Amino acid sequence: MTIKLCKNAGFAPNLFEVKMKITEFLKENTLYLDGGMGTLLQGMGLAPGELPERWNIKNPEKIKSIHRAYFDAGCNVVNTNTFGANSLKLSKEELEEIIRSAVSIARSAAEECTLDGERWVALDIGPSGKMLKPYGELEFEEAVRVFGEVAALGEKYGADLIFIETMSDSYETKAALLGAKENSTLPVFVSNAYGIDGKLMTGADPLAMIAMLEGMGADAIGANCSVGPEALAPVMEKYLKYSSVPIILKPNAGLPKSENGRTVYDISPEEFARQLAPLVTAGVRAVGGCCGTTPEYIKALVDTTRSIAPVPVTEKSFSAVSSYTHAVELGKSPILIGERINPTGKKRFKEALRASDLSYIVGEGIKQEEAGVSVLDVNVGLPEIDEKQMLTRVVRELQAVIDLPLQIDTSSTSAMEAALRIYNGKAMINSVSGKAESMREVFPLVKKYGGLVVALTLDEDGIPKSAEDRLKIAEKILSEANKYGIKKKDIIFDPLAMAVSADSRAAAETLKAVSLIREKLCALTSVGVSNVSFGLPMRDAINSSFFTLALGRGLSAAIMNPHSDEMMRAYYCYKALVGQDESFREYIEYTARAPMLKVAESVQNATRTEDNEQFSSELVRAIVKGMCAPTRELAEKLIKFKAPLDIINEDIVPALDKVGEGFEKKTIYLPGLLMSAEAAASAFEVIKAHSTTESAEKCTVVIATVEGDIHDIGKNIVKLLLENYGFKVIDLGRDVKGELIAEAVVKHSAALVGLSALMTTTVPAMEEAIRLIRERAPECKIMVGGAVLTLEYAEKIGADKYGKDAMEAVRYALDVDKSINQ
Amino acid sequence: MEAPLVREYRAPEINRDEIFRYLGQRRPEEQLSSLVEECIKEVDGALSYKVCYAELSIKAEGELLDLGFTKTDSRALERVLSGCDSIVLFAATLGVGADRLIMRYSARNPAKALVLDAIFTERIEALCDTFCLEIKKEMERRGCETQKRFSAGYADFPLEAQRDVFLCLTPEKNIGVHLNSTLLMTPTKSVTAIIGIRKIDEKTAF
Repeated sequence: MTIKLCKNAGFAPNLFEVKMKITEFLKENTLYLDGGMGTLLQGMGLAPGELPERWNIKNPEKIKSIHRAYFDAGCNVVNTNTFGANSLKLSKEELEEIIRSAVSIARSAAEECTLDGERWVALDIGPSGKMLKPYGELEFEEAVRVFGEVAALGEKYGADLIFIETMSDSYETKAALLGAKENSTLPVFVSNAYGIDGKLMTGADPLAMIAMLEGMGADAIGANCSVGPEALAPVMEKYLKYSSVPIILKPNAGLPKSENGRTVYDISPEEFARQLAPLVTAGVRAVGGCCGTTPEYIKALVDTTRSIAPVPVTEKSFSAVSSYTHAVELGKSPILIGERINPTGKKRFKEALRASDLSYIVGEGIKQEEAGVSVLDVNVGLPEIDEKQMLTRVVRELQAVIDLPLQIDTSSTSAMEAALRIYNGKAMINSVSGKAESMREVFPLVKKYGGLVVALTLDEDGIPKSAEDRLKIAEKILSEANKYGIKKKDIIFDPLAMAVSADSRAAAETLKAVSLIREKLCALTSVGVSNVSFGLPMRDAINSSFFTLALGRGLSAAIMNPHSDEMMRAYYCYKALVGQDESFREYIEYTARAPMLKVAESVQNATRTEDNEQFSSELVRAIVKGMCAPTRELAEKLIKFKAPLDIINEDIVPALDKVGEGFEKKTIYLPGLLMSAEAAASAFEVIKAHSTTESAEKCTVVIATVEGDIHDIGKNIVKLLLENYGFKVIDLGRDVKGELIAEAVVKHSAALVGLSALMTTTVPAMEEAIRLIRERAPECKIMVGGAVLTLEYAEKIGADKYGKDAMEAVRYALDVDKSINQ
Repeated sequence: MEAPLVREYRAPEINRDEIFRYLGQRRPEEQLSSLVEECIKEVDGALSYKVCYAELSIKAEGELLDLGFTKTDSRALERVLSGCDSIVLFAATLGVGADRLIMRYSARNPAKALVLDAIFTERIEALCDTFCLEIKKEMERRGCETQKRFSAGYADFPLEAQRDVFLCLTPEKNIGVHLNSTLLMTPTKSVTAIIGIRKIDEKTAF
């Protein structure tokens, strides 16, 4: 094909041929990209604060002269002057006009260039300028829409490819790639901005980005901006080692410095080319420059590297899942997948799901992370809840605070798709099976969103008895996946551990299947270990022995309970024994944690018959002192002698009162109050676990931090204290719309609502929420608090109560509860 | 105007007294002290220390003060910048790691979240101090002295000026700090401020 195909800018060119061309060209050649735009525009008179994209309309000739200079320097691709063009900054009409004009300018520069060689126009897409939730205010789907709109316009006006660049957040990168893929058929290149620490601003490392972007089908990936070529070399090393798609590099001309009131970069064109050459030799396939580079830099780069033979792009055996921050590689050393986020057989977990108590569920995740797992399985399926909604909520909450990759575990494909979409990284997907319908539904999702999918070796005829038949199903799954373009490295087979109590050969066949899949298919394997011991006493003993045997057969991952000492022991011992634990570091770290459990156990067993009064007074003391672990232990002992309600009324509440009084008299400060409240909460958890009947609760309180505000420490303090005093608290979280607050008040028939705001700019949102609550639930009392509020302000916006601190909020809630009961 | 520059720092030395002061407890009990120590350990490695900045000329313009990135009638700022003919405008941040840690403990462990919050406040102030001290020394070599830093939202200098600060420094791209529609910065442990620069010998009032 020739560039002439695209001559009529404004009409989509023959896309198939264009796509073939640039991706085909990359297979055989080094692709030269352009250099900096912003600094050149400033030199031409772009005013500070002026949007450079407007120059496509205002000064098209100047923009064209830059593109032309890059083509004349030997570039194959120029990026349109559309870095910050999106509908968050521009009106729909202006956006369209800017993109139309930008593509057309670049196209005519390409056509005017008389050098030999291929030339393409890339639609440039930079960051949106907003931070995504949960840290910022931009919704993920809104980001997808904004990027998608730009991509669609780019294709409409004839760009040859989409170039997403300078992305410094993995979640935003995902939104951009998804938006581009869903709204255009063009090839998509994706480049991230890594700092000197080799990470994106929000923490992702190169492996996390490679896993996610390759999984989602980016056509080329790499790095640009931030620093010079040499400083990016370590990042490039990772890309060269792990990426199976062509690699991009567009570094800055070194670091900027100030010289007589001007910003200059510290690397010359020749030095720039000299530093890039070894990276081209090593296999970087698309090179250009970013900030501080000019056509001279690109010319030097082309001259220096033109004679270097392009290194073929090869398929790497990198099997991985990734999170916000990092990738977990499978197939090297076995990994643990925590199974505890799952309601099956867990009363407390089911209760948390029904009450939408996400903090409990996240707590289960944090505990497993601390216990040492590498991936968290997430299953929140219960017949009576909306699984799609709950799964996405839980995934959002978990990925906001936990660094581990998640395994999306659901039998509902709609819930699976919703969760994969909003997941920040490349997820593990649980699961597909050999059933035709399952593969038809799940494989398209794996292809679109990326993922490492767990494939169960069962089909329409059930689970085969023999290992050989399970292998056959695995082969069938593999060949079907191949049709969707899903590679073997993105499938992990689960040959299904069955209860050995029902069939004494069950474990042996599963183990044999692990060996067969590994040896015959060279594929990954995973099992859910706990099933094997079903129906037997001392299940952990059977589980851990089975686990060791499976590890010996080359198992790649296990879904298991990380709080089982036997399982963890089996895991660390295995790794130490087969040389997968260098200097026994992991084993020794484990042993340092383990003995503490033993001591705690022995203390518990030694104290059987002591006087319960002594425990009572010790419990009060532990709570007042704010000591969580002793409080929990004492509550465990006390509950053997004393009725739950008596412990609450005679020990916990008096202790809390004592602390509360101290706080009001200023002998105890906020940290002390909180530590006591947390200790009391841990005693409540013990009581909840032991009591069969629900204790009589006080009235329901809805609490939230209002829209636009993401500070929620204060709100959470109030929540904790209210719960301690027996209130049922519906916590709507932070940044909550007034509409949702009013809805929740009605739905839960709340007697009281507590609103928090920390910024003066969010007080209007609080006022609006109050108006809506008054409209829908006039009988509900409203209390407000937060750093910017005062009594006068609270009255002005129509609140019933201004709580100056958490204790005052509790006192008011107690009054409200009392007045209802009268 | 020159393009904003970026500096990255190692973790400044921790001042525990400051942390306890933010917690409202100058003489902490053992429980709290050990919680603070536990948190300090956890914070290690989770934060970045980045600053982006630009030096701008300023001048009086009738009733207004032209700061090179915005014009203001703030009397407080006029007093602070009296005799200055330029400023260093900067944005500093600990990165999103701070927000992640606070969110992690906020719901289940508010005491820890509160302590982390106090530590991060101490950390971001320490970062600003480190940067300001560096600028002070550099300015002294140029025969200038620096004024105490001053932020949008102080006294009569409105928070809305943050929009102009962001247009000037583009900290989104340079250090990953964003401004929300409610003028809240994310990552939340971020600061923007102005440092007045005054020539020591020839005092040129604006």
